[in-house]
This record gives sequence, C-alpha cells and structure tokens, in this order.
Amino acid sequence: MQSRFTSALFAALLTLLLGSLLLGVTMVSEGIDLVLELSEPHKIYGLIIGAALVFIIQYFKQEVGAVTTRLRGDGSFEMPAFIRTPKQQRLWGFMAVGALLIFPFVSSRGAVDIATLTLIYVMLGLGLNIVVGLAGLLDLGYVGFYAVGAYSYALLNFYFGLSFWVALPIAGLLAALFGFILGFPVLRLRGDYLAIVTLGFGEIIRILLNNWTDLTGGPNGIARIPKPDLFGLEFNRRASEGGQTFHEFFGIPYSSEYKVIFLYLLAFALVLLTLYVINRLIRMPIGRAWEALREDEIACRALGLNPTVIKLTAFTIGASFAGFAGSFFAARQGFISPESFTFIESAIILAIVVLGGMGSQLGIILAAMAMTILPEMAREFDEYRMLLFGLMMVLMMIWRPQGLLPMKRPHLELKRD
Amino acid sequence: MSESIFYFLQQVTNGLTIGSTYALIAIGYTMVYGIIGMINFAHGEVYMMGTYVAFIALAGLSMLGIDNPLLLIGLALMVSIMVASAYGFTIERVAYRPLRSSKRLIALISAIGMSIFLQNYIRLAQGSRDIAMPSLIQGGFLMGDPNGSHIMISYMQIIIMISTVICMVGLTLFITRSRMGRACRACSQDIGMTNLLGINSNNVIAVTFVIGAALAAVAGMLLGLYYGVVNPYIGFMAGLKAFTAAVLGGIGSIPGAMLGGLILGVTESLTAGYLTAEYKDVVAFSLLVLILLFMPSGILGKPEVEKI
Amino acid sequence: MTNLLEVKDLTMRFGGLLAVNGVSLSVKEKQIVSVIGPNGAGKTTVFNCISGFYIPTGGDVVFQGRPMQGKPGHLIAREGMVRTFQNVRLFKEMTVIENLLVAQHMHAEHNLLKGFFLTPGYRKKEKELMDRAAHWLDRVGLLEFANREAGNLAYGQQRRLEIARCMVTEPKLLMLDEPAAGLNPNETKELDELIMHLRDDHGVSVMLIEHDMGLVMGISDHIVVINQGAPLASGTPAEIQANPDVIKAYLGED
Repeated sequence: MQSRFTSALFAALLTLLLGSLLLGVTMVSEGIDLVLELSEPHKIYGLIIGAALVFIIQYFKQEVGAVTTRLRGDGSFEMPAFIRTPKQQRLWGFMAVGALLIFPFVSSRGAVDIATLTLIYVMLGLGLNIVVGLAGLLDLGYVGFYAVGAYSYALLNFYFGLSFWVALPIAGLLAALFGFILGFPVLRLRGDYLAIVTLGFGEIIRILLNNWTDLTGGPNGIARIPKPDLFGLEFNRRASEGGQTFHEFFGIPYSSEYKVIFLYLLAFALVLLTLYVINRLIRMPIGRAWEALREDEIACRALGLNPTVIKLTAFTIGASFAGFAGSFFAARQGFISPESFTFIESAIILAIVVLGGMGSQLGIILAAMAMTILPEMAREFDEYRMLLFGLMMVLMMIWRPQGLLPMKRPHLELKRD
Repeated sequence: MSESIFYFLQQVTNGLTIGSTYALIAIGYTMVYGIIGMINFAHGEVYMMGTYVAFIALAGLSMLGIDNPLLLIGLALMVSIMVASAYGFTIERVAYRPLRSSKRLIALISAIGMSIFLQNYIRLAQGSRDIAMPSLIQGGFLMGDPNGSHIMISYMQIIIMISTVICMVGLTLFITRSRMGRACRACSQDIGMTNLLGINSNNVIAVTFVIGAALAAVAGMLLGLYYGVVNPYIGFMAGLKAFTAAVLGGIGSIPGAMLGGLILGVTESLTAGYLTAEYKDVVAFSLLVLILLFMPSGILGKPEVEKI
Repeated sequence: MTNLLEVKDLTMRFGGLLAVNGVSLSVKEKQIVSVIGPNGAGKTTVFNCISGFYIPTGGDVVFQGRPMQGKPGHLIAREGMVRTFQNVRLFKEMTVIENLLVAQHMHAEHNLLKGFFLTPGYRKKEKELMDRAAHWLDRVGLLEFANREAGNLAYGQQRRLEIARCMVTEPKLLMLDEPAAGLNPNETKELDELIMHLRDDHGVSVMLIEHDMGLVMGISDHIVVINQGAPLASGTPAEIQANPDVIKAYLGED
C-alpha cells in the first residue's frame, strides 16, 4: 500500500517537474532580452490536472490495467449481428453509397466541402494502407507521392495545357513510377531503416519542389489550376475560350454550388474505384503474398516468393493512389505549394491508417472522418488535434496495436462438396 | 590562392562545430539502438526541449541578476540536462517499455506518435514562433589578415567543441570504467543473457535513455546559443541529421556516432559553402540512403547476421 | 546415376568464426540423406548455405548440374530445392488453405488486370491452385482443418502443414530441418511414413537434419556426420553406427 502511494507520488512529482518549466512559464521578448512570464491560467491548471491524473492512474494502476486488458481484446473483432453475413454487408454498403450520393444535395456547401476533403484523406489512407497495413512496410514519405501527383497535374496543365482528365491517369502513373524508382533500391532494407529512408525521400521531394523555382515556382507554388470539367462542361461562371459551361448547357442559372457538388461526387467516385481495386487486390495472389510477407519474410523466400518484387508491387500501387489523390487535390484547391506536403501530412495519413486499424478499410474511412470532421466541428479541437493524435498513436500501440476496427483480409474458404 | 584555403578552413571549422552537436545527439540514437534495437524517433524532440529549457533557464537566471555568462551557461546547462533526462526517462517508461516485446514497427509507430505529441506540446505551451536569445558570448579568434583573407573561430564555436570533447571523454570513461557502463555493454551484446546474470536490464535501458537525453540537452543548449533561436520544429531535422550521423558511423557504435557526426557536419558545411546552401539537407538525406544501401553497417559498426 | 545435389568443400565464415569447414555431400534422385552431429555442429548453417539464405564463403553447390552458390534463396527455391526451418514458420494468421495457396505463388496468375476483371483464365488458374492445395491437405490428413487459422493447429499438425506447403511447390529436393523436434513417438512414426511415402510415390529426394536417431537410422539411405563445422564421417546407417569417431563425438572423449 505504501509503495503504491509513493510510486504514484513520484510519478506525479515527475510530471510537475517535467511540466513546470515548459508549461508553467512562457518566454517573452522584451527589447532584445528574453524574460519569463507566468503562463496563462489554463496552462497552469492543465499542469496541475495533469499531475493529479498521473497520480490517480498510477495509484489505481492495477484497476486501469484490468480495463486496458479488456480493451486490448483478443485481436478479433466481431461485427454487430445485423451486418455479419456478406449479404447483409452488401446491403449496408449499398445503403451507405446511396446516402452519400444524396448527401451533397441536401447539405450546406461547407459540409460538402469538408466531406470532399475527408474523401481525399480516405483515398490517401486506403492507398497507404496497402503499403503499411497489408504489406507491413512503414512508409513515412507517402506524402512525396501525393506531391508528385499534385505537381504532375499542375505542371502538365501549366506547360502543356492538359486537362484534368488527361492528367489524372498520368499523375497516377508518374507517382507509381516514382514509387518504383525509389522503392527498387530500398525495399530490401529492414523495416525500420526503410521507414527512415522513405521519410528522407519524402523530404527530398519537398525540398526539390521548394528550390527548383524555375520549374515549380518554389515556395510560391502554382496557382490557378483549373477545376475538372464534366465531359467538356465547365463549372465556371463564364466559359473559357471555346468552352461551354455547365449551367449554360442545361439552361439553368449559375450557382457555385454545382462545382462543389461535382467535386464531391468526383472524389466519391475515385474513392469507390479505390475501394474496388483494393478489394480485388486483396483477394488475388498478390494480396495473399503481401500478407504472407508481412507475417514471415523468411518463409516466403524459402517458398520461392521474391520479397523485393512483392514489396515493390505494394509500394508502387500504394504510390499510384497517392498520385490520383494528389492531382484531385490540386484540382480542388486550385493552388498548391510545397507547404502542403510536409512530413506532418505523412504523419496524419499514417495516423489515419494506424488508428483505423492496419488493414481495415472501414476503420480507415472512420478515422479519416474523425481526422477531418472533428476539427471543423469544434474549432478549439483544431489546436489540439495533432497533440491528441500523437498521444492516440502511442496509446493505440500499447493497448490496441491492431487498431480500433481491426479487420482481416477476407479468408479464402475451401468449399467442400 | 591563400584566400581559398582560408575559405575552406572556415567551412571545415563551421562543419566541425555543427558536426560535434550532431555527434552528441547521435549518441542517443546509437546507444538505444545498440541495446533494444529500436529507432527512438522522439529523440530529436528531446533535443528541441533541451534548447527550450536552456533558454527558459537562461532567461530566468538573468532575471535573478546573474550576469556572468559562463556561470549562466553552466547553471542553465545543469537545469536543461536535468529536465531533458527526466523527459528521456519518462518517454521510455511511457511509450516504449510496454512495447518491449512487440514488433519493431509497433514500437517505431509509438515513437513517431511520441514525437508528434512532444512537438505539439511545446507548440501549445510556448507558441510556434521563433524565440530569439540575445547572444551571451561574442567575439572570437581571428587568424590571418583581418582586412583580407582570414579565418574566424568564435568563442562560441570553441565552447561547443570543448564541451563536446568533455562529454565524449566522460561518456567513454563511464562506459569503460563504471559498473553501470559495463552492464550497458553487456546488454548491447545479449540482453537476455544479461538478465540471467542478475543485471536488471530495465535499469540499464532507463540509464541509456537518460544519458542520451542528457547529451541531447547539451547539444540543444549549445546549438541554441550558437544560432540564437529556437522553435518547436527544430527537433525533426536535427533528429534526422543525427540519425544519419549514427548510421554513417555504424549504428550501435559510440565512436562511430562521434565520427559520423563530424563527417556529416563537415560534408554539409562544404556543400553549403561550395555548391548550394538550399540543397544541403538533400545531401544529408542522400548520404543516409546511400550508406544504408551500400554500407549498412556504417564505418565502425558490426555487420548484422540475419538469424534464421 | 547422376547426383541431384552436389556440395563440395562448403565453407562459411562469420568474422573470425569458421562455422562450416570443408563439408561435402551429395544427394541422388529419390535418396534420403541425413545430416547429423552434436548441437552447434553447424548443420543448420550448412542448410542455410545450400538453400541460399547465407552466401557461403567458399565451395560449390551444384543442383541438377547448375551452380547455385551465391544465388538468393527464392531463386534456389524456384529451382526445386525447398526447405523448412527448425522452428515452425507458418503464416499463422492465414488459414491452412491460404498457406498452401501462397506457396504456389510462382504458379499463380500474376496479371493484375486479369485478376481485376476475373477473367475465365484467372478463375481456372485459381481453381487449379485450390485443387492442388486440397489434394495435399488430404495427403497429410489436414483436409478437415482447411479453413482454420494455421496458428490454431496443434504442433504436430503445424509440422505436417509445413511439409505439405513445401510439396505444393512441386520440389525436386525437400530439405527438412529437425522435422521431428517436439513430436511424440506416435507423430514421429507418422512423419517417418510420410517422408518415405513422399520419396516413393512422389519421387522427391529428401535431405534432413535430425536428432531422433531412431528416425534417422530407419529411413536414411546415406548419413553425413558433422562435428564442429567439419565433416566427420559419411556412409550408410550401419557404417555410421559402427564408426568409432562418431561414437566418440557423441559420447565425449573419455
């Protein structure tokens, strides 16, 4: 009992020590001198509450441990009864697709806009999930391929006037090519080295974009990237030379909402396509090989599977999705600069994959929604978003490394007659 | 002719200055990797926090009326080391120890989460702007013709190099002479066996994290004074550079980390001085990739045999 | 009769340690060859060198008349030399049948587009893999467990599954590293029968590392003894049992 109290007290005091200087006082410049001021009250309260929490958690460690053991679960996740059979799942899937199709027509413009952003992150999460969740390769430079996709469309449009629809597949292919070229030499590295090297690649791509001013515009980025059109119909108020606008074609008054809805539907279509492709892939030999490789690379080699080729496939396919997402992102924003492609962006995508449950598509969709919608709902939350996600990543690895919604690759069943 | 030699020497001096701080940070990566085989991704943030604590301590102490620069630096250094060590200890305890038996990637993701958490914690606590510190130590030695070609070694550069040497000598003595140091070396050979011999490997690992954090705090303080600014984002790049240095020297090897830091610092400085300053980070990363591909055990590391 | 596998003067050095020193052996078609020796003698290292998991420091490995030394493991496996490991290395979270499907990866349809659009050719290929897997599961008596996760099988079943997983790749030479370790006498007897049956009915040659002398002496055509990385003796089971050097190595000097 005594030691329980002292260890809790020690932990609480350590928290105070850790926090007192960094949280308790704030540095302020006065002329050329740096002086200290007591922090705002909320930081001080935060510190005291934090220390108290640490004391309580440490004091009731055993009880907390029992709860977390239950949280950890046995790794399997059972869907609720009404969506267990494939038939039910398909039904719910169709209903969800239907609801999401109706959604933009009944919601505000702002909501649709956020939903579009969410869909971009869903696509990025699904793409990175191929690499991290299915093949078990930690890619910390995923944002690099996203940047390649975005700049591909922006530059192809700027220099050659290519339209979004022509540039989209090219952007995907270019990102895949980058994935292939970068992946080829490094994929035989061990897991954690691979993570750092991919991080380095992501940074190199960003630094190049930042400094190759002649080509990319440097830190100023590229502006006035045209929005996608619908079979040649533009969504602007006035048509460009030789073009025709959507509202003129249908003889309806102009509204900027058409554009927002169109972008949403386009993103939704891209996500559906991504889902289809991934769901086919995981049922194909290559999908099985990814999982086998994640479980035991040495056994794979002993059975004649070439680990480098299998990893490279995952890396390349994952990169191509980032490329698609990137070119859509460029088209939606109309403006891109290297600032959109920092490591933090990679970390956010990784957090989506990790929190959603590595390998789980539904989990990733939910995590992407949490990541983009929560900050919009509560502005204060935006400030604390990355803090909380960092913390969540640590806690998830400790308690539920399989993620909130771990889901297995669909097993192939041997049918008996 | 002589001008170009002076220019070269100046670049080398600057490189050695930065390189010795890389070396100090790299020790933390290499020791942790040597013992538990994980990349402590949050180590760069410990360095960043070390700088913050040092600045806070300097500001606080000068408000108390202490104005002898050396005394200020010494006291602030102690505070910074103490707090950073406590952070190192806590990070290991909270984010890594529960994952000791998990897969490497799980621990690495936890470390990345920790790094994001700490960076944002400091951003929220101290703001995301640059905080500038008036320089405490000015001037330096000038060699050559003051009006013509010369080389300038600032007192701050000298302090950085001397401090680094003191730390390295101290660390080497600790590792080779002390009981705990021997336990550290034993753990890096075979942690399971060390446990059987009655050494508490948990304590050894904790000590490793504390030493790494303390050295990172020294680097944070020195580099903070050298550059005169800090912001919550400096840990990321410094961490990557130091990791590169550790890999370059051979991860797991302490002399390797020292050597790797110096080589990287000089390489960067020469790149910036002769080729292009914008791409000096690209050079560091490319170096990292090339070493991992062609010389994965670095300059002084031991090759790893895959256990089947 | 030509040798299926010919190993000459195999040497493996780790830094200062000479783990394998001049080991030679050969395996003929439909032969069962055992490698035995005290613990730490370097048997597994010999296996790792032959199967391409280590690059041997010296010596020749010739398989079906073609040099193999220095080739990566997965290419050697594709040549028809497939191995197991001392500890079970199944894909534990995949089902039993999936373990066998992964093993047939090199026979599978790799064209991604055919897979996306589920062409008839793709379906046919997948069915072939499935049938071959079912066939081998039946052979090792695991058919009823086909849809279970491999990690949930009993230990003896996991061992058998590993052998089935090698056999679906249609190897010429099966290399088993301590297949009987951890099995009870009954299971060992079943394993004995399985190995003989593989040799007699499927024409594979078998090379095994084993400590169970009953098993080794009962099924081997030829035995190679290694001690401290160096070859000590080789011959038929009867010759080995009578060899004084071998007895000394196993029982100690005095």
